[in-house]
Amino acid sequence: MKALGARSAFYVGLVVGTCTMYVLLRQVGFTRNVGSVEPEAHKKSMLEMVEEENKNWKKERLALFNLNHPHHTGEDGTLADALYKHVRILCWVMTGPNNLEKKARHVKATWSRHCNIVVFISSVDDPDFPTVGLNTKEGRDQLYWKTIRAFHYVMDKHGDEADWFLKADDDTYVVVDNLRWILASHSPEDPVYFGRRFKPYVKQGYMSGGAGYVLSKEALRRFVVGFRTKVCTHTSSVEDLALGQCMEKIGVVAGDSRDTLERETFHPFVPESHLTGTFPKTFWYWNYCYYPIVQGPQCCSDLAVSFHYVDASHMYLLEYYTYHLRAFGYKYRYQPPEPSVIQDLNAPAPDKVEIGDIEEKLGAEEQEGEKKSLEQNEKL
Amino acid sequence: MMSEGSSFMKGLILGGIFCLVMSFFETFNSGTHSEGHEHLHHHLKPVSKDELQKLSESQMSDWTLQVRVYCLIMVTPKLLVHWATANDTWSKHCDKSVFYTSESSKALEAIDLQEQDEWARLRKAIKHAYENAGDLRWFFVARPTTYAIIENLKYLVLDKDPSQPFYIGHTEKSGELDYVEYDSGIVLSYEAMRRLIEIFKDEDRCPERGHALWKTPEEKQLATCLKYTGVFAENGEDAQGKGLFNKKSVSSLISDSMGQNPADVVEACCSDMAITFGGMSPSQIQVLMYGVYRLRPYGHDFHDSLTFLPPNDSDND
Repeated sequence: MKALGARSAFYVGLVVGTCTMYVLLRQVGFTRNVGSVEPEAHKKSMLEMVEEENKNWKKERLALFNLNHPHHTGEDGTLADALYKHVRILCWVMTGPNNLEKKARHVKATWSRHCNIVVFISSVDDPDFPTVGLNTKEGRDQLYWKTIRAFHYVMDKHGDEADWFLKADDDTYVVVDNLRWILASHSPEDPVYFGRRFKPYVKQGYMSGGAGYVLSKEALRRFVVGFRTKVCTHTSSVEDLALGQCMEKIGVVAGDSRDTLERETFHPFVPESHLTGTFPKTFWYWNYCYYPIVQGPQCCSDLAVSFHYVDASHMYLLEYYTYHLRAFGYKYRYQPPEPSVIQDLNAPAPDKVEIGDIEEKLGAEEQEGEKKSLEQNEKL
Repeated sequence: MMSEGSSFMKGLILGGIFCLVMSFFETFNSGTHSEGHEHLHHHLKPVSKDELQKLSESQMSDWTLQVRVYCLIMVTPKLLVHWATANDTWSKHCDKSVFYTSESSKALEAIDLQEQDEWARLRKAIKHAYENAGDLRWFFVARPTTYAIIENLKYLVLDKDPSQPFYIGHTEKSGELDYVEYDSGIVLSYEAMRRLIEIFKDEDRCPERGHALWKTPEEKQLATCLKYTGVFAENGEDAQGKGLFNKKSVSSLISDSMGQNPADVVEACCSDMAITFGGMSPSQIQVLMYGVYRLRPYGHDFHDSLTFLPPNDSDND
């Protein structure tokens, strides 16, 4: 009797155990991902990335020189390429030794790849990254010193290699192709600078530092001369305001960077804030903007140039939204006009003149202009 | 007494281990067989650019008409914020979008199915959509917590014949059943819908109210019913094999990629032609609208063979 009881208890246990475990497993789902077969696209190793970087970038004299304008599979980039050749932009990024890994690295991996030349401005030379060390310390009170020295540095080392000179922070995201669209309608020989225009303190207004601003070659020349002749000095550490005051003194015009629908292109905050946020009435922003503030979708141009307070993951998000994610076949509501300089380059050649000749002619005109303003500067 | 108890315990443990071992064995077997099974579990990709360029103008316009989408958005008053967001954003890009709700809400319009059970509600919605399809031949079923780029959905099904059965999305496996995950959206062709309507009448194989002790999620019930009609789930992916249907948010996918592929975050993350994302807040969705339909770098053009116009009644795209 005892033996029978034990044996049947064993079998009952066996059955109960099996059933319980089966039910448990079914409940857990035991799901397997059919769709997660690793796609053919392999993960890039660091070595492969370095190799590719060497193909596209030349590291020289503590700057990065772009050899190939980045292209995307399946796209027609001829218009962007034409602008890339004609509107050469040197981007200098304000950073520091403590922020290289946290912030500047992501700038290097994303938007700065679209500049013609990139210089990372720090307080310490780093030939590897590369960064340029100016003779300054770190800290908010050093910002204008850094800016003054940075502009002098790029004029000195790279003045002939670019037409426009952009300043950005390491938490600014810039769509360089859209900056070229704006600048293509202006001459680098004009004394002008562009950014998000603020109105207080300076009659013609000044440009927000965080949203980034760009100086024409003539504006940069005058800035350097201004310091040499002491017309401009280090007046305060509030970099954007102090620079704006200097610009007004040296006759550099504060430009209007809005698109043809009068929508802002340079933005002092992240897209979410401009598109959906409602700034409180007491917020300083309301009193600062030179042009009327628009909140909601019309805050921002389709061809936005910059956003600020962009952290690392946000940089990649914006890169994905700008250069990668799109809606197939979608006809954009905003059809921006082609800058006239491109139309000139593409115009049917009169008298069977080669396109190359027209470019040469434009180049010669530029040189004429350069000579003239050099003479003017010397007179100053 | 003691010996019976301990015998019982021994049996219990042995039974459990036996079952576990069998399950793992089954998994490994299925794993090695997966190569063969892969061909049944289709990977559905969009038509290639070369193919598109070969098409004539009349074929283009035929396809543009054929590829129009009826969106079924399954809402509840609990999801009011997401419902309002879907109403204000992506649903306007559907050729016809209908909101089906469990109970009516004063704030927003919807077809009130007056049904609390999710599976029964889905069945009613599918029946209603099929009857009111007009000449629309593609159907997209989603919850309002999903965000969809309808143009990219059209691109995926562009060269597929809707009079053939198609059941597409992000596929998962549960035992022997392949099903499309609800959270990343479900695409059905007209023929798949027709077969569904038929099998709905079969109370044994496709019951309206299950009799099991636990509830099977609607996504699996749908897959089971479709399987009986010979329709199997297919995983929607792009030419590089990246999934087009995502249940995670863009920022979540980017964060994952930063961890897994720090050298190549954006390339490795998500497809250019992604169709769905999930779990995004209303303000994140406004940014996504701006990112998809407006923000772009000047001078980079894609000469897509088809054109989709912006909807008439929106300002955020």
